[in-house]
Amino acid sequence: MTENFPLSLIILLPLLGAVLNLLLGRRLGNTFVSLVACSAVAGAALVATKAVLLVASDLPMRGALVDQLVSGDWIVAGDFKLQAGLTLDRLSSVMVMVVTWIALLIHIYATGYMEHEPDYARFFGYLNLFTGAMLILVLGDSLPVTFVGWEGVGLASYLLIGFWYHEDKNATAGRKAFIVNRIGDFGFLIGICLLFTVVGTVKYADFSSIAAKLMTPWWMGWPVGYWIAILLFVGCAGKSAQIPLYVWLPDAMAGPTPVSALIHAATMVTAGVYVVARCHTIFDTFPEAAKMTVAGIGALTALMAATIGIVQRDFKKVLAYSTVSQLGFMFVGVGTGAYAAGVFHLMTHAFFKAGLFLGAGSVMHAMGGEGDIVKMGGLGKHMPITRWTFFVYCLAIAGIVPFAGFFSKDAILAGAFAAEFRMAGNMAPWQASLVALYPKLLWGMLATAALCTAFYMWRLYFVVFTGEFRGTKEQESHLHESPSSMTLPLVVLAVGSVLAGLIGVPAIMTHGLPESAEHLFTFFTSWLSPAMVPASPEPHEHWLEWALMGGALTISAVGIGLAALLYRGGISQRAEGLKKSLGVLHGLLWNKYYVDEIYDVLLVRPLRRVSGLLWKVVDNIVIDGGLTKVGPFFVDIFGAMAQRFQNGDVQRYIIAVMVGTAGILFGSTYYLAYQGIQGELKIDKRTVTLKLGDVRMRPGQLIYAIDWDGDGKFDETNVRFNSELKHEYGNAGEFKIVVEARDPVWNMVKRSDDWFFGANTPLSAKVE
Amino acid sequence: MQQLVQNLLAVGLHHYLILAVVLFGIGTFGVFMRRNALTTLMSIELILNGGNLTLLAFARSHQDMRGQALALLVIAVAAAEAAIGLAIVVGVFRNRHNTNIDELNLLRY
Repeated sequence: MTENFPLSLIILLPLLGAVLNLLLGRRLGNTFVSLVACSAVAGAALVATKAVLLVASDLPMRGALVDQLVSGDWIVAGDFKLQAGLTLDRLSSVMVMVVTWIALLIHIYATGYMEHEPDYARFFGYLNLFTGAMLILVLGDSLPVTFVGWEGVGLASYLLIGFWYHEDKNATAGRKAFIVNRIGDFGFLIGICLLFTVVGTVKYADFSSIAAKLMTPWWMGWPVGYWIAILLFVGCAGKSAQIPLYVWLPDAMAGPTPVSALIHAATMVTAGVYVVARCHTIFDTFPEAAKMTVAGIGALTALMAATIGIVQRDFKKVLAYSTVSQLGFMFVGVGTGAYAAGVFHLMTHAFFKAGLFLGAGSVMHAMGGEGDIVKMGGLGKHMPITRWTFFVYCLAIAGIVPFAGFFSKDAILAGAFAAEFRMAGNMAPWQASLVALYPKLLWGMLATAALCTAFYMWRLYFVVFTGEFRGTKEQESHLHESPSSMTLPLVVLAVGSVLAGLIGVPAIMTHGLPESAEHLFTFFTSWLSPAMVPASPEPHEHWLEWALMGGALTISAVGIGLAALLYRGGISQRAEGLKKSLGVLHGLLWNKYYVDEIYDVLLVRPLRRVSGLLWKVVDNIVIDGGLTKVGPFFVDIFGAMAQRFQNGDVQRYIIAVMVGTAGILFGSTYYLAYQGIQGELKIDKRTVTLKLGDVRMRPGQLIYAIDWDGDGKFDETNVRFNSELKHEYGNAGEFKIVVEARDPVWNMVKRSDDWFFGANTPLSAKVE
Repeated sequence: MQQLVQNLLAVGLHHYLILAVVLFGIGTFGVFMRRNALTTLMSIELILNGGNLTLLAFARSHQDMRGQALALLVIAVAAAEAAIGLAIVVGVFRNRHNTNIDELNLLRY
């Protein structure tokens, strides 16, 4: 069931804000810019909320609000027709709420954070542009529309990472993000094309009925659905920073901090998770190797990024690896079929990760742009709001009950533990046991990653906010709490981080509560599954579920405890000692497993060498040396001839014009007469009909003379053109016919028996 | 005698067309032969008027108002052309103190 609603308003408001800010913002001043930017996003958020309330109250489970983005057909190519529309159902409702409201908070925060920025208008223009593109991504009703938003957020991300492009480092980071994303987008696009070719539809609304077609065997014995899923996942891995395309995200921290919070933590990077949940029919294709791939990559990324995060010293780098790691968690969620859990974690993560980044921004604001946590310390005294909100976020991400992260992470862990991948029945026993063991392996990796998460987050907290200040005297004198435009979003997000998890409490914890409370606490799960996405797998035994929950909590507590042991009240001797004794491991993690270096050797340098070859040999020698000489050679020859006419004698030019005009007139009348003698002959007993000329000719434009019997004398003269000439012969026989057409303008005469440029008119008629 | 005078006075289509051709011929001759840019412009006006007269004559003869409409358009274009042409001539004269079109050949090859 669908209902119309002006959803395009949600998109157009931020885009309008972007246009206003980018075109006029510089002239109209910062107050105008922040007013336009914030009210555009606020408007979008309000309209979106209204729409979501409609979805919640008026529509059945699978119902959706729809709107047209482009009237009529959007893309037409032969039989291929595609409409561009928007749709808001329960799944996109979650995303729309997260995107609009968090974007609003971060816009407000940025008005404080970017206060002294000379390019204020450009920043907010880009930020609005991002919001608009992200909403297209989320609201699109088909993969191509989503892809438009997908590319739009990529562009906005590139522009904002390289926002301070005067520094080479930042511009490079922007390019890196863009190029790595392009690699992913390429797979994504092929995936869309393959889906359309095989299945014939790219609209989400049709996905519920395509499962059978996805089973078509395609390549290497796998069904086509598997390949489409893998190709789409390549795109998702690019956008959502998963192995092997995660390398751009840590570098993307070169952008301003609000950007890191909005784009590279809360919204854009979760687009991949959203798309997997959106296209779950494709990922569910039997056998579920695609899901195993997604979950495996997710778990590997989660673990790898979490370990890297342990040793990093840059405030935002730690958070960046944390984001990569948490995105890995979400992919394990959607990969193990726990779609609701994955999307739930996406939502809670948006709260605390946006908050963590904004907290980081607040700290760096006070530190005068310094990002090295070793030079901080003891900041808690100077900035209490930032500290205590950061404390809440750290509890949330570490997964301490009842903060948001606990419930969503627990749902993913439980889902991974209980998952069963349906594979082909004819597997060897060892293969079957591997598949059966796979979910437990995923769970183990995630649990380790969760331990690391708790550790590095609390390391960050202790090193930055407790102990003594380790920076310069001058920095210390400048330490201050941030303005209210920055602390307000921090507080709001902290409240969200406390409460957001409470709408997705596992069912076993809500037994025995009054019905209304139970409804509230399990709101999220019933909102999404089972109609929007399949129900998340859960362990069958209650004791197991309790045990898993307890285990997860213990792991978090251990991580926090370890961090407290080593870093409480400043960096302890023990931490330094540990770093020395594990030197090799520390080096490996500090250098991020040398992944950037490996890519450099394997991909970047060979590519540079090939480019250099193309440039120096193909371009410089072949093209510039040879091919480019050919055109000029002919141009020279014709130029040498043509230049003689440009002799500066105006009167000769005029004569040329006159002669040319006369030539054109002459040519056209010649052609008219020529057309006039083309024709065809129809013979009916003794009556001969001659059809002459062209339909475009007017009566009387030509004057004919006809010789019907071939005696050399015209039988009829001065016949005005009327396309048909008739003659009746008195006796049988074969007669030669000659037609002469005269154009009265220039007296141009053409005869049908001319030897040159004559006619295709039959020149004789045979009558009985 | 009476008849002859009447015949001469009864101006027909041909008279107009002959006049138009004469105007066109004088104009063309002027454009081809005169070297003064100003005179050339004036000759072009004559050519245009020759064309205009043809249009009007046929419009009258065929009782078709479209010819007159076209003639009005030609007059408007001619006015614009004269304005621009004169401006160019004035501009050229200020720079070169000369309007001999044979000497205005800076742009030749």
